[in-house]
Amino acid sequence: MRSDRNQSAPLGVKLAAAAGLLFLHLPILLIFVYAFTTEEKSYQWPPPGFTLDWLSVTWNRPDVWTALGLSVKVAVVSTTIALVLGTLCAAAVSGTKFFGREVVSLLVILPIALPGIITGIALRSAFNLADIPFSFWTIILGHATFCVVVVYNNAVARFRRTSGSLVEASMDLGADGFQTFRHVILPNIGTALLAGGMLAFALSFDEVIVTTFTAGQQQTLPIWMLEELVRPRQRPVTNVVAMVVVLVTFLPILAAYYLTREGDQVAGSGK
Amino acid sequence: MTSAVSFENVSRHFGAVRAVDAVDLDIRPGEFFAMLGPSGSGKTTCLRLIAGFEQPTGGSISIFGERAEGVPPYRRNVNTVFQDYALFPHLNVLDNVAYGLMVKGVSRAERGRQAEEALKLVQLPGYGARKPGQLSGGQRQRVALARALVNKPRVLLLDEPLGALDLKLRENMQEELKLLQRALGITFVFVTHDQGEALSMADRVAVFNDGRIMQVGAPQDIYERPQSRFVADFVGSSNVLPPEFVARHGGARRWASLRPEKIRLGEANGAGVSGTVRARSFLGATNRVTVEAEGVRLHAVVPAGLPLPDDGAETRLSWSPADLHLMEEA
Repeated sequence: MRSDRNQSAPLGVKLAAAAGLLFLHLPILLIFVYAFTTEEKSYQWPPPGFTLDWLSVTWNRPDVWTALGLSVKVAVVSTTIALVLGTLCAAAVSGTKFFGREVVSLLVILPIALPGIITGIALRSAFNLADIPFSFWTIILGHATFCVVVVYNNAVARFRRTSGSLVEASMDLGADGFQTFRHVILPNIGTALLAGGMLAFALSFDEVIVTTFTAGQQQTLPIWMLEELVRPRQRPVTNVVAMVVVLVTFLPILAAYYLTREGDQVAGSGK
Repeated sequence: MTSAVSFENVSRHFGAVRAVDAVDLDIRPGEFFAMLGPSGSGKTTCLRLIAGFEQPTGGSISIFGERAEGVPPYRRNVNTVFQDYALFPHLNVLDNVAYGLMVKGVSRAERGRQAEEALKLVQLPGYGARKPGQLSGGQRQRVALARALVNKPRVLLLDEPLGALDLKLRENMQEELKLLQRALGITFVFVTHDQGEALSMADRVAVFNDGRIMQVGAPQDIYERPQSRFVADFVGSSNVLPPEFVARHGGARRWASLRPEKIRLGEANGAGVSGTVRARSFLGATNRVTVEAEGVRLHAVVPAGLPLPDDGAETRLSWSPADLHLMEEA
């Protein structure tokens, strides 16, 4: 019977699922494996031998540290900007009714639907027109365009579930605007902001396309990796860095997933 | 004596919509005041004007003699029990109740003590550690009440507080609210669309329609001497009789109200107005009989146990002239 939940899926479906998962994740595992290979000029299978040397080689390469430092700085600053702007925008859109509200909502979300290359070209020509030299801040501006969206989406969903009468109740009980924000709004949207912020951080950290158009001579970590692949020397260093990037971006996304899931239960329980 | 709440020619228009239109109102200190009306009649907007969530577009409001326009909700000595209770989901019951004291800077120990006391007042002692999500609807309502009362407001506003409760619980809460109001002596302003609730609980009732107050008075006044067709019909579903009908049966040429329970049903050839029974429904303690007489549909409520005429049978309706209440509306 179809409705029998205990009956396991047919063998064919299981095989298909396994094949799908392998297809998705095998290449990533390969990257990890090559981080420990002894062959430095080409990706040869099977690896002729395994070594941990590349970890220390990577550790001692100053260009890796510069790129990593820039990436972290960019991600932190653009996430911070996104948290402030995204929250304010979400509060405005969900808290009040005004003419063109849906349009504003759509316009905020648009950058993430737009291909990165379009955003990149648009920003580059805008910077050129305005005579703004490429710098750390132009990279940040580029990243903020999509980071704001992520924070906004998370915050607006939570604002919609947070009943508007909570704010009125707080005011009614004698709390001014600041106290209401601190004691009622922030605790209710906190996990959503954390989740949105982590996603934004992860997105910014591995962004290539927009960065290519908005960075000058500086290299963020993904850009550095792209350039490094072309050079034949010390190839496994790239793999070591890739492994680190996977870990650095995967953990926040996982945390964000759990935080918002838990948040659903908390926010739903009061109604 | 200063009024607890006084409206002078107060209007609140939203664009072309006149939610509240030129309302005059005086609520006396210590009274249990009900604002009754169908949805969209302006009663909730009036409540929000008192709370400070809305500002009037015209007229002036004073609360215990102090001008209220422009004063934000957090500076008014008025607290609200919200329709959906609006308990803070992230705080436990005790912190919910103590919230008003916390933002005023009362010490933790002191506000804990007062909050516990308020919980005792609403018969929820020892519930402090629970989260609002773990409470039933009736308990949440009590917490909302305690959270408002702990601030010792001069006026307590209640926005359809019993709407979400089931019948039995609602009746209990009606009684309890009434007792609580007597004991505390705080002015209660209560919004409801349920006429039974308004009549049974309030000292005085204001009946709202279309942003205006149709009539203010004691429940008995409103019920027995409605001034307009709307009030007669909305409060207690009275029989509203057209002027021609009233003129034929011993009254002036005016609209009149005749309460269903004042009509007697009699033999087909006795005295009174003759009519045909159209429907009968059993209401428990009473039966309601719908009779068509001279083109007017009348409802009569007779105690259960009295003999009822059959559907389609001829019957006679009679009433004492004193029960036929002529309304001011021509």
